[in-house]
Formats: sequence, structure tokens, C-alpha cells
Amino acid sequence: MTGHHQALALVLFSVFVAITLAITTWVSRRRHGSAEEFYAGGRLFSPMENGFAIAGDYMSAASFLGVTGLIALFGYDGMLYVVGFLVAWLVVLFFVAELVRNCGRFTLADVIAARMRARPVRIAAGMSSVTVSVLYLVAQMVGAGSLVALLFGGTSTAARAWTVIAVGALMVIYVSLGGMRATTWIQIVKSVLLLGGTIALTALVLVRFHGNLDTLLHTAAERSGHGEAFLAPGLKYGGNWTARTDFISLGLALVLGTAGLPHILSRFYTVPTARAARRSVVWSVGLIGGFYLMTIVLGFGAAAVVGPNAVRESNAAGNTAVPLLALKLGGGANSTGGTVLFAVVAAIAFATILAVVAGITLASSAAVAHDLYASLRRRCGPRSERRRQSAPRSEVAVARAAAVGIGGLAIALGLLARDLNVAFLVGLAFAVSASANLPVLMYALFWRSFTTRGAVWAVYGGLVPALALVVLSPVVSGSPESLFPSVDFQYFPLQNPGIVSIPLGFLAGWLGTVTSVEPADEAKHAETEVRSLTGAGAV
Amino acid sequence: MKSSNGHSRGRGEGPESSVEKYEGRDPAPAAAGADGRADYDDPWYDALGSGWGELDGTGAPAPGVPHTRREQEGTGRVADVYLEVQRSAAFQEVRRRYRRFVVPGFAVFFTWYVGYVVAAQTAPGLMGRPVAGSVNVAMLAGLGQFLTTFLLTGAYARHARLRRDRAALDLRWDTQELTRGFRGGER
Repeated sequence: MTGHHQALALVLFSVFVAITLAITTWVSRRRHGSAEEFYAGGRLFSPMENGFAIAGDYMSAASFLGVTGLIALFGYDGMLYVVGFLVAWLVVLFFVAELVRNCGRFTLADVIAARMRARPVRIAAGMSSVTVSVLYLVAQMVGAGSLVALLFGGTSTAARAWTVIAVGALMVIYVSLGGMRATTWIQIVKSVLLLGGTIALTALVLVRFHGNLDTLLHTAAERSGHGEAFLAPGLKYGGNWTARTDFISLGLALVLGTAGLPHILSRFYTVPTARAARRSVVWSVGLIGGFYLMTIVLGFGAAAVVGPNAVRESNAAGNTAVPLLALKLGGGANSTGGTVLFAVVAAIAFATILAVVAGITLASSAAVAHDLYASLRRRCGPRSERRRQSAPRSEVAVARAAAVGIGGLAIALGLLARDLNVAFLVGLAFAVSASANLPVLMYALFWRSFTTRGAVWAVYGGLVPALALVVLSPVVSGSPESLFPSVDFQYFPLQNPGIVSIPLGFLAGWLGTVTSVEPADEAKHAETEVRSLTGAGAV
Repeated sequence: MKSSNGHSRGRGEGPESSVEKYEGRDPAPAAAGADGRADYDDPWYDALGSGWGELDGTGAPAPGVPHTRREQEGTGRVADVYLEVQRSAAFQEVRRRYRRFVVPGFAVFFTWYVGYVVAAQTAPGLMGRPVAGSVNVAMLAGLGQFLTTFLLTGAYARHARLRRDRAALDLRWDTQELTRGFRGGER
């Protein structure tokens, strides 16, 4: 990587930062400081805008760089990820988008607390939302750090640390000054940039193979050294049954976890109606599906054009496959075309990380301020719901402060965890989301007899096992690649806890409900059901 | 609330905005109007254009809520309104239509997805069988997942638009009309 690449990439990235800061300033100039505006951007975005923003929130650097790298190195097995990421949107569309838009105001806990005793439920759901967000956030920060190291040659710890700190500082500025409106516009800009870059690269790959996908696949298989096996599953996740079960566990977490991600849920509150929420999901399914189809072409394209060996040489995890592909497609390392394309891809990858990080920070600051702070501050009964309404401004101030705090926490954790695998952290965030957030949300929306105790148990019954199983897994100890290779307290063989902890979350919710002394509130259930399906009384 | 101005049931906009912040469950679109963002696309245009106009005559609109004016005698609370709406034939029809689409839909795509993931891990021989050129069963199955996701998304959106939206919107206004009386009275 020559100095030209770095300079151009830095210039392009600075332009993106300047544009996003301009958006933030422009938006915050006209702010009123209401909770509606800070958490939900005034609920005035159109379905198309929100669809692009959802796609921007979802298409992280993990999929742009990580998944294409996996496909370039392991062929078909990388595609399994992509399919899970996309199919998950059907769960969101069928069960979550419209109903959550109709029932809630700003967060996941709003939906559940509406028919339960608010305080314990809000604390539980707030805790799990923050946990999921922080895990996801750390994954992005670690990704940003390693991206810098990879793209700008310098593997020095200082450069990585400063990148993580800079990303953290920028995201705090976006979120605390601009709130949801600025975050959404940043997502839209990033989404357009990412899709544009992907379309351009895909077109170049297709032109190179004269539009013949069969030749592309054939060349990729031949250069991989695995032959036809490159185009079939088993290269990465084959082998013993533990590895196979592990992948099935990951597959479940991917498809069920999306519907519980706090930063995805909060996006549905930025549109005026449930109808608009549905249409934004339709937009985002189209955008995300198209994007993932192109990443498959790019992954196999990198295998065919660059070759898996060159990719592996540059980065063992394959994270540089797309930048290398861009360099080669542009005409090679010393050509103008190669330099420009490489710099564009690098800048887009940074923009992607920055935007995703801002979206998650906003969602977690909402969970801290709207759920945790508001519940812990007051110890009186259910009437205090009204008091909270009377002080939305102070809550927004707390949310801005929380964004700073979470930014600091994410920077610290991102520095500590910089050697962890990014894809693993993302898979873990999905697993925790599917275990702790999805069961309680589904029960609250669809189960007549669900009680407060059931809700609290469902959250902790998914959250605690998911985290405990990770601590006991080979990721943390007991193998040479673990976080602590010198000690061995590994009692759970799988890396991803989903296959055990998701059923446990559902089981705990059921158990808590049937052992509950207080019966379910029939009228509250009626209200939730009527509101969720008709939109009556929706904010 | 612009669309409801032209709607026969959309009377009494005033009380609505006055109770807008109340308990966080009243309609707040008034806040949208109060935002003073006239340059912005009217988000309600959507519901007006493709919701009301287009749907007239299509689908079978569910019957209205039958318990029209009983509440005005002041016999119930807000909670009773929701219970009553929940028991109404109109609401049960909306709920039935929703469930009869999403439950089989979920069963189909979830089985298909889990089957795909499990097959990829347990039957690599079958998945690796060539079909045409470099394309094998696994590749077709993966692209098939994309295709079914797109198709089910389209089918869901279409089903909701044609079979549910109209009836749900009717119920929404009915329910809000009924609860508004109590909300205003409590103040």
C-alpha cells in the first residue's frame, strides 16, 4: 500500500466526516430538545428514507469486508452468513416492524412495559438492550482499529488506539448533538455511498468476466486450489460435529437476532405510521438483499481475480479481500485507477463503521436514559409514568450524557478487545439479542397470559445463559486462540451460545408466567393487541 | 392528521391535540404538524393516496365496530373500550387475516431456512451435486433463499395493503373516537 492510497483515502474520508459534521450542525441548529426529536427524529422520515437508513444501520463493515473475505477464502461457506442476515428480515417484517411501531414510543421496553408493571420490566429490557448494543459497538470499534492497521500498513498499537478513540469521539458528537435526525441522515448518506461503491465494483467484476457468472465461479474454484469443493459447503464449517452444530447455532442466532437489535427497533419509530414502518422494511429488504447478492459476486470475484492466497497473505481473516480486488480491478498497484478505487473502498469502509457506530450509540443511550435512568430515578408506583412525561427535556439531557458515557465505554472495551475476532463479536451480539430480547417481545405481543414475572424471567433467562455460556466457551479459555489461553475453564464446546440460550429464554419466560402469582391483566393485553394491529393511540 | 380532515370520522381535531402528550398513548401526529416543517414531504400523503383511495372497493372491508355510542353513557373506562374492540367481529377479522398470513408464512420460511442450514452442515454431498456448469445444488438453494425472501416480503406487503390496512384504519379511528371521550373527561 503506497502513500498515494493513504493520502487519497484520508482525503475522501475527511470529506465524509466534514459532510456528516455539517449535517449534524445543520440539524442541531433547529432542534427543540424534545424526546420525540432526539430519539425518533420527529417521526417524519419517509419510508424510502428510513429504508435506506435501516439498510445503512444493518450493512456493517463486518458484511462489506468480513463476509466478502470469508467467501474469497472459503467459498460457499461465506454465503451461509449472507443468507442468514437477509432471511432475518422476514421475522422483522412479519412480527416486529408494524406492531412495535404501533405499541411503543422509543425503545423495546416501551412495548413490553405497556402491559406489565413498568419498573422491573424496563430495567430488565434496558439492561439487555445496553448489553447487546455494547457488544455490537465493540465489534465495530475493533473492526475500525484493525481496518486502519490493514489499510494503512502501520500495525502499530498507537495508530489503532488513536483510530478507535477518533471513531468514538466522532460518534459521540453525532449522537449527542444531532440525535436521531442527524444519525438517520448520516445512515442515508453512508448507505448510498456503500451501495454505489458496491455496484461499481460488481459491474467491474462482471465486465471482466464478460457478464458470464459461470466463468467467474469456475475461475474462482480453480484459483482456490479446492476445485469444485470451493462452491459447496464444508470448507470452513465442515469437520467434526461440534463445528457443524456451532454453525447451526450461529445460523439460528443470525435469523432470530435481528428482530431484537435495539438500533433496528428504534428505526421504526422514525416514521409516522405502522404502514410507513412496513414500507421501510420492504425498501430495506430490497436494498440489503441487492447488497448481499453483490457481496457474493465480489467475494467470488476476489477469489477469481486476486486469488485466495494473495488475500490470505494480506490478512489471515480475509478482511482485505475487497480493497485488494478494487486495486486489481482498477489496473494494479501503481496505476491511477487502482489507487483511486482502493482509496474509495477504504473511505467507504470507514464511513460504514462510523455510521453503524452512531446508530448503535443512539439506541443504547435511549435505553439508558428512557428505560434505566427513568426507572431507577423514581421509586414510586405506576403513576410516575406521567411524571416522566413532564420532564422529557431532562431525560434528553441524560440521553446526551449517556451517549458520551457509552462512547467512552466502547472506546475502552474496543481498546481492550482489539484482538478478538470481529465476526465472532457480531455473532455474539445477535445471539444475546435473540435470547434476551426476542422471547420477551414475542410473548408480550402475542401471549394473552404473559405476566410481569414472565417478562423479567424471559429477559434474564436468555441474557444470563447467553453470557455465561460464552465465558465457559473455547473463545474465552482452553484453546490456543482463546482470550486467556493459559487457563482452562472451558465447559461448553460451542463458540455461539444461540442454540442453547434462545430456547432457554423462551422457556424462562414461560416458566415465569406459569409460576406467577398475579394473573395477567386481561384489559392490558386487549389494549396491546388492539393497538398493535390497528395503530389506535399510536404516537 | 391531514388525511383525516377529509374523512367523515375525522371530526374534533382540537381535543386530540390537547390530550396529545397524555400518558403517551394518544395520537401525536399533531406534533408533526406543530413541528412547522412545511417544506417536508407530508408523511400522511401516503396513507391518503394508496390507503384510502386505492383501497375503496378492493378487498372486503370488515364490518364496523358495532358498539357505537354505548360508551357515551359513561359506563366504562378506557380499558373497557379496548376489551370491547378486541371482542368485536371487525377486530377479530383483522387479527384472523394477519395470523392466517404470518403463521404459515413463518412456518414456511423458517423450516426452509433451518433445513437449508442443516443440509449445508450434514449433507455436503447432496449440496455439492452439480446442476449446470459451475452451478450446484448449494448455489441454487442459496439463491432460492434470496428469492423466497423477496417473494414473501412482496406477498406480505401486498396482503397487508389489500386485506388489512383499510379495516385496521377504520378500527383505529373508531377506537380513538371511543377513547377520546374518556380521556377528555378524565381531565
